[in-house]
Amino acid sequence: MSEHILDANGLHSFYGVSHILHGVDFTVKKGETIGLMGRNGMGKTTLIKSMLGLVRPRQGAVRVRGVDMTHAAPHAIARKGIAYVPEGRGIFPNLSVRENLIMAARTGVDGRRDWDFDRVIQTFPRIGERLNNGGAQLSGGEQQMLTIGRALMTNPDLLILDEATEGLAPLIAKEIWSIIKTIRASGIATVIVDKNYAAVMALSNRSVVLVKGRVVFAGDSAELSGNQELMHRFLGV
Amino acid sequence: MDLAFVLIQLLNGLQYGLLLFLVSSGLTLVFGIMGIINLAHGSFYMVGAYLAWSLASMTGNLATAILLAIPLTVVLGMGLERLLFRHLYSRDHLYQVLLTYGLILVFEELRSLIWGDDVHGVAVPALLNASIPLTENLSYPVYRLAISGVCLLLALALYFLIQKTRLGMMIRAGASNRDMVQSLGIDIKLIYTLVFALGVALAAFAGMINAPLSSVTPNMGSHVLIICFVVVVIGGIGSVKGAMAASLMIGLAETFGQVLVPEVAGMIVYVLMAIVLVWRPEGLFGRK
Repeated sequence: MSEHILDANGLHSFYGVSHILHGVDFTVKKGETIGLMGRNGMGKTTLIKSMLGLVRPRQGAVRVRGVDMTHAAPHAIARKGIAYVPEGRGIFPNLSVRENLIMAARTGVDGRRDWDFDRVIQTFPRIGERLNNGGAQLSGGEQQMLTIGRALMTNPDLLILDEATEGLAPLIAKEIWSIIKTIRASGIATVIVDKNYAAVMALSNRSVVLVKGRVVFAGDSAELSGNQELMHRFLGV
Repeated sequence: MDLAFVLIQLLNGLQYGLLLFLVSSGLTLVFGIMGIINLAHGSFYMVGAYLAWSLASMTGNLATAILLAIPLTVVLGMGLERLLFRHLYSRDHLYQVLLTYGLILVFEELRSLIWGDDVHGVAVPALLNASIPLTENLSYPVYRLAISGVCLLLALALYFLIQKTRLGMMIRAGASNRDMVQSLGIDIKLIYTLVFALGVALAAFAGMINAPLSSVTPNMGSHVLIICFVVVVIGGIGSVKGAMAASLMIGLAETFGQVLVPEVAGMIVYVLMAIVLVWRPEGLFGRK
């Protein structure tokens, strides 16, 4: 059960000339939920992109299911069962809602077909009502659901959610959180980046905190949430 | 001017427009999806015509020549994308214009080395070498009707590919967010290679089927290139639907212009473009 889906070791990444990641280690095991936390600009998104092949780390290694994928193309990494819901959502505005979903459909790594169009529509009934709308005509919350639904269409083993509730009304955010819980319960590992630290820690087994591109905490989420001093020092709350 | 005459001009205009669509659809796709200004696109039209001519003189049959030439042009397209165009996607348009202008010179030089600088004619295939009589002294060639039909079929197939298939959805998605497409496990580089090769093959195919109607000449690509840019601009950059509308518009305007007002026929399409641009700067179907 302790099979590793994702292993990053000693990642150093740059954005132009700025050195963003300073030797970051990050591991996701099968079925696990991890909260990736840190204030703005601490390197969370860069870490995610470095692991997904969207940013090339200058040093360090990324292994997916034990296979070295440090220099692999982003699509090859995704095909190993990793789905990504980026900050700002990344729906295709020039495709209809239906097309956004269909174009992503794929069986999982072991040929699993747990998630298909019908199940996504069942899970997100609001999306089902707007299938023929253009992607850009959806509200923020609907766009977020579409992006999550689209990621599920790839039948991933790991779902990485970057700021999934950002800019959403509290009620909609609550709906997104309950969807994330459902996904977690279905056995898909999740990495969650969110400003709502309490919600992240309540949902995750482990938490990883980044400060200025370095891991300053990696451990039990309960341990972090119970420690006011750490919370204040690392996250400013 | 009687009805039969108008009908003939109408058919000629549509045929010319449909042929323009084949060439310009590739140009607008490559521009809309990969952001590449490809000045060498007209050269592919020329390559198609010369391939049709030389293979037809070898095999004695235009249809065979075309069947042999299509895979060659697909390979040419894929090779050029992998070797050259791939490196230009993230570059400024200036680099693209410089490289693709250079390619025009390379293609003309290669054409001169391989096929010489003479003007050639290609015979209309025997099977289609007939005319449909319209009046006592007016008739319409079957070959022109046939290529209009083929162009229409290809246009429909292209529409179906882009609007209705998953590959088409991936192609359109790639135009809006390249990273996201990749993160869904889709090989965007392969898709770009395919789109580029499709554009090359369509332009070359247009050159092949049009070879029996117009002579095969050096620099034949440049006139087509300019008209195709006019089509792309009028239709809206990146819009295949727009390319279709603009191609038909220009085909008809140029054809009728040549018979009705031959003195100013050469500038009609440019006047048309100017009017459209004043009215809709983003083109007929372009996005603002």
